[in-house]
Amino acid sequence: MSADSSMRARKGTLFRRLASNRPAVIAVVVLLVIVVPCAAAPLFAPYNPTAQPDIIALRSQPPSLAHPFGTDPFSRDVLSRVLYGGRVSLSVALIATLVSITLGTAYGAVAGYVGGALESVMMRLLDALLSIPRLLLLIAIFAAWRQLALFPFVVIVGFTGWYGLSRVVRGQVLAMKGQDFVISARALGAGRARILLQHILPNVLTPVIVAAALGVGHVILLEAGLSYLGVGVRQPQPSWGNIIQDGSDQIAHLWWISFFPGMAIVMTVMAFNVLGDALRAALDPRLTPAP
Amino acid sequence: MENPNVTEAVRAHWRAAYGLDRPVLEQFAMYLTSVARGDFGWSFSLQRPVIDVLAETLPNTLLLMSIALAASFSLGILLAIAQAARRGSLADRIIGGVSLLFFSMPEFWLALMVIVLLAYRFPVFPIGGMTDPVIHDSLSAGGRFVDVVRHTILPAFTLTLLFSAVVARYQRAALLDTLPSDYILTARAKGVPERSIIRRHALRNALLPVITLFGLAFPALLTGAVFVEKVFSWPGMGLVIVNSIDTRDYPLLMAAVIIGSVLVALGSLIADVLYFVFDPRLRDER
Repeated sequence: MSADSSMRARKGTLFRRLASNRPAVIAVVVLLVIVVPCAAAPLFAPYNPTAQPDIIALRSQPPSLAHPFGTDPFSRDVLSRVLYGGRVSLSVALIATLVSITLGTAYGAVAGYVGGALESVMMRLLDALLSIPRLLLLIAIFAAWRQLALFPFVVIVGFTGWYGLSRVVRGQVLAMKGQDFVISARALGAGRARILLQHILPNVLTPVIVAAALGVGHVILLEAGLSYLGVGVRQPQPSWGNIIQDGSDQIAHLWWISFFPGMAIVMTVMAFNVLGDALRAALDPRLTPAP
Repeated sequence: MENPNVTEAVRAHWRAAYGLDRPVLEQFAMYLTSVARGDFGWSFSLQRPVIDVLAETLPNTLLLMSIALAASFSLGILLAIAQAARRGSLADRIIGGVSLLFFSMPEFWLALMVIVLLAYRFPVFPIGGMTDPVIHDSLSAGGRFVDVVRHTILPAFTLTLLFSAVVARYQRAALLDTLPSDYILTARAKGVPERSIIRRHALRNALLPVITLFGLAFPALLTGAVFVEKVFSWPGMGLVIVNSIDTRDYPLLMAAVIIGSVLVALGSLIADVLYFVFDPRLRDER
């Protein structure tokens, strides 16, 4: 059986397994309900997220029919801000995770496949990087910038999130290296790059896919935290984290400003975690489906 | 940011006083040599040696962390036992769902919601700080202790909610991993009740992966402490870190990151030692 047809067969069962996993289906529905309005925020948002229509009459309104999530002290509509903020938070999380899993897979695969002294050096470097708490490191880095554009922010977040995955990928590559199909490929004269990219990598994708799903949820939390501390996404651009920060000063009276973006974070991250667990269960034949 | 009333001469004076006029690499070398000697420099914002600030705040953070650590490991392991004993039951699913909920929650948001509910709506506990700023000093020794306890409950409770969810998820998975083992099958064949199988046979071996989690708990709790201390104004290292962001107090910030990394390394060391204590196989290898 060629690698290609086995992949196709697995994709079929993967879809069926996910579809029969009720929490995973609910998670996908929740994600669609949150992601689609955020991605198409201009279509769904009832108001302009930065407009301050009437700073006297419309400031700090509790949730109502006209403003389902209420308004903030600048009379801005919180629902619109949550939708536009979700756009930012979700794209930060997706892009940063993409950077992380690319780096992690490449680093782990090279270390595992090349082996020898280079592998030892690479893995010790990884141990050192792993001992620095990610949040503290990011705080220290971002505190140095007074104004940081979104793109470098995302890339730096991505650059600090790949260590764990590359350990796993290295382990998987090591396990694959001695397998018969790799030896046959080598016997047929395939080069190193071809063996690694065509034969080994497709077989180590399981932990990568799972790490991607869990990673997106983790980065959403991380971005929220950094923005809450004032070193993430900066005002006036809304993100879920900095909308919560907006409301935190007057949390006793204006609870709705912080409550709704927080709920959006919790539901999204929960959905990604459920999806990650479901993917792990569906992709790992050793695991029996969770009861 | 720049104050127009400060003349260039004054600026130059302060730059020279802090060594900020030297080349960056030289500054970095100076910093490394003094850190190696245990000197973390001078805090710009507090006008005190950094080491004094840390010596004052680190114990408060460790107090909060040790309470949260003890509470969340006990609670998390108990929850996992309850779940593993009745796999797939309604109780298992509810506990699993609730742990997932807290596992997916931003620390600072939960802290804010806890404050809204238990300090403002139902003012049972103080809003923040470690002691009452007005009456603390006039209290008797016992009264002071009660005052600190009252202030500790909400931040410790918040951290425990967050972290016991992690422990419970981890411990449940570890228990379910050990259940297919032969010795469990043997115990079942002997007619040992399910409850006792989990507690006496499976838990002993399933505790090993949780020791690893104990090592990982240090960075997680430190991160949690940054947010929880900020929201509850708890005078610990986390609050110092957050405040030094706003004041751009880099010496303090750098020192806090270094201490954080040391705590992480210490956590893995403690986990390794615990492994040695709890796993007889490691001891016999010598």
